[in-house]
Amino acid sequence: MALTRRISGLLPPVSTASSSSSFLHRRAFSTDDTTTITVETSVPFTSHNCEPPSRSIDTTPKELMKFFTDMALMRRMEIAADSLYKSKLIRGFCHLYDGQEAVSIGMEAAITKKDCIITAYRDHCLFLGRGGTLLESFAELMGRQAGCSNGKGGSMHFYKKDACFFGGHGIVGAQVPLGCGLAFAQKYRKEDHVTFAMYGDGAANQGQLFEALNMAALWDLPAILVCENNHYGMGTAEWRAAKSPAYYKRGDYVPGLKVDGMDAFAVKQACKFAKEHVLKNGPIILEMDTYRYHGHSMSDPGSTYRTRDEISGVRQERDPIERIRKLILAHDLATEKELKDIEKQARKEVDEAIAQAKESPMPDEPELFTNVYRKGYGVESFGTDRKEVRAALP
Amino acid sequence: MWGIVRQNVGGASGLSSQVMRLRPVASAMRNYSSATKEMTVRDALNSALDEEMAADPNVFVMGEEVGEYQGAYKITKGLLDKYGPERVVDTPITEAGFAGIGVGSAYHGLRPVIEFMTFNFSMQAIDHVINSAAKSNYMSAGQINVPIVFRGPNGPAAGVGAQHSQCYGAWYGSVPGLKVLVPYSSEDARGLLKAAIRDPDPVVFLENELLYGESFPVSAEVLDSSFCLPIGKAKIEREGKDITITAFSKMVGYALKAAEILEKDGINAEVINLRSIRPLDRATINASVRKTNRLVTVEEGFPQHGIGAEICASVVEDSFGYLDAPVERVAGADVPTPYAANLERMAFPQIEDIVRAAKRACYRAVPMAATA
Repeated sequence: MALTRRISGLLPPVSTASSSSSFLHRRAFSTDDTTTITVETSVPFTSHNCEPPSRSIDTTPKELMKFFTDMALMRRMEIAADSLYKSKLIRGFCHLYDGQEAVSIGMEAAITKKDCIITAYRDHCLFLGRGGTLLESFAELMGRQAGCSNGKGGSMHFYKKDACFFGGHGIVGAQVPLGCGLAFAQKYRKEDHVTFAMYGDGAANQGQLFEALNMAALWDLPAILVCENNHYGMGTAEWRAAKSPAYYKRGDYVPGLKVDGMDAFAVKQACKFAKEHVLKNGPIILEMDTYRYHGHSMSDPGSTYRTRDEISGVRQERDPIERIRKLILAHDLATEKELKDIEKQARKEVDEAIAQAKESPMPDEPELFTNVYRKGYGVESFGTDRKEVRAALP
Repeated sequence: MWGIVRQNVGGASGLSSQVMRLRPVASAMRNYSSATKEMTVRDALNSALDEEMAADPNVFVMGEEVGEYQGAYKITKGLLDKYGPERVVDTPITEAGFAGIGVGSAYHGLRPVIEFMTFNFSMQAIDHVINSAAKSNYMSAGQINVPIVFRGPNGPAAGVGAQHSQCYGAWYGSVPGLKVLVPYSSEDARGLLKAAIRDPDPVVFLENELLYGESFPVSAEVLDSSFCLPIGKAKIEREGKDITITAFSKMVGYALKAAEILEKDGINAEVINLRSIRPLDRATINASVRKTNRLVTVEEGFPQHGIGAEICASVVEDSFGYLDAPVERVAGADVPTPYAANLERMAFPQIEDIVRAAKRACYRAVPMAATA
């Protein structure tokens, strides 16, 4: 997988990265997963109708380095996507996740690829966290064949079914009942796996969320509702949209936990706690207190409804990558230069993936008609001029 | 020639039709009293909302980002400052809820203008549009009319993918009790929105994101605050005698461009801007087909059970003997909208599709049934 191979010392399939990562092997930390380091979350957990987990979390040098490397890659990917959008290589909508990386990273550290994740349209980094590659991501953004949806989905519709990542949804709130449905199937099949249904503070007021949550609670579904509260639903601040912005409490009879979403370890601990909880007790809500540096989408400057001071303040005080950097330096797992080299490496990988993605062709024209159905029975479908272009759907 | 600033949006242009009727500006400044002023569709909608809100204190606007954000597409820009938060209401992202609240307020005599950020999101609220709004006057035997307008961008934009590109004209157009309007030009936008707000019944007002930035000439009459267009009347944008092309919204511009190309091949096309899907101006359409004997319908929505299908049925029912060729339908491709630019281009009608279909109807091309 693109994210983890370098740190674990295995050579990546693309031959470019290995020479510059050799410096990492000189230190034992890069593969050290036996030394225990205990970290404290930035703030204690606040809970609703449950006992919060401990704020002391055990980790290893390997995990700390992985967190840093993976988040650096995600950050770099989103920043590169910004440039690509401005150069018109990405069209339509593009919703960037930079600032929120710790939620994906912490979650992945606590779960398996058999646990399901579903989210809305701010999905690029979650896709990467599930094992998607940079190439699949950039190619999809640019509408090319090598994209994870063969170029047919676009930014808001990334999927990776083999890693139980179910997208990638454009309609605010819809992914929550869908996520509860994934949990329903997991329970129906008596699996020991859970679903993380992610949504934002904007979606938190959607009626369908409460309908699905009620059923999840009635039927004890292993559903974890994760509110990524970045405090703004498009241009509307949470206090203007929600009578109660204490999203972790909105489940009422469903327990909840408020988590510092900029702290990857807090996220990891919360997700681990949630997974254990729902397998026994039915749904739980996790509210991740997080922040997006970009506006809602590339069409939104993000500064008409919040101040630049607020944005730079969060960047200075709470940036998730900086937090890990400080921990790594404090525990002497790497030098500043080594960390900067990792970031340079991330930049390099991103640039290479973009170059490769640009080489990927646009979909062939017959692709217009593929995958309308799983089973089309040969039914006829039509192009814009129905007498000029038609196809039989297989 | 016109010296007018235009945004180049998807090739659609209404100006060319005006060229047929009016003479160039430079030499004609004093030759006619109608417009030299241009207005974007965005400004047309904004000014219409502004004027209707000023005229009737019961009119209010509600939707996502309509107030402080000045409108997701800036259609409601300046209205919050002018009319205050009681009349320009920002909502949470909860369409079912605020559409229902809007309809309820209309039951009690207010005149809401509910904005859907796009009509794709209206699917979350469609029960209220249909069951709470459209049917109420009937079910209550006339006691409860619903003077509400649901407005917002409809149909494809550019590269926004399958869930953000659907045209809802056919869906809403099939519901008795609703009025469904589809403006094209700035004159349409102003006149039809003002008419919609003044109308005592629920109106679904389908705009188009790519038209918002387009400029059209507007006469002094159009700019007047009393200007209104009749609901249910189509406009003949371009007169012709060889073939009728019906279209609405952005496709009107494409149809006009297609007509220019057809002219060069000696085919004189009549372009009808529907302006209204429900009521559908069957009289104008049929009168045109009786004159030209050939018809091409154009729409961006899915073909099956679409607007063109209804128009074709109407013509077959009322003017069968006048048809000299089968009715041709140009519509969106029968697939969810792809993201990739080349596939998206194949998914929505292009000018050449309209030209080709028109030539077939005129027996100027060998009819092909190509299999992909």
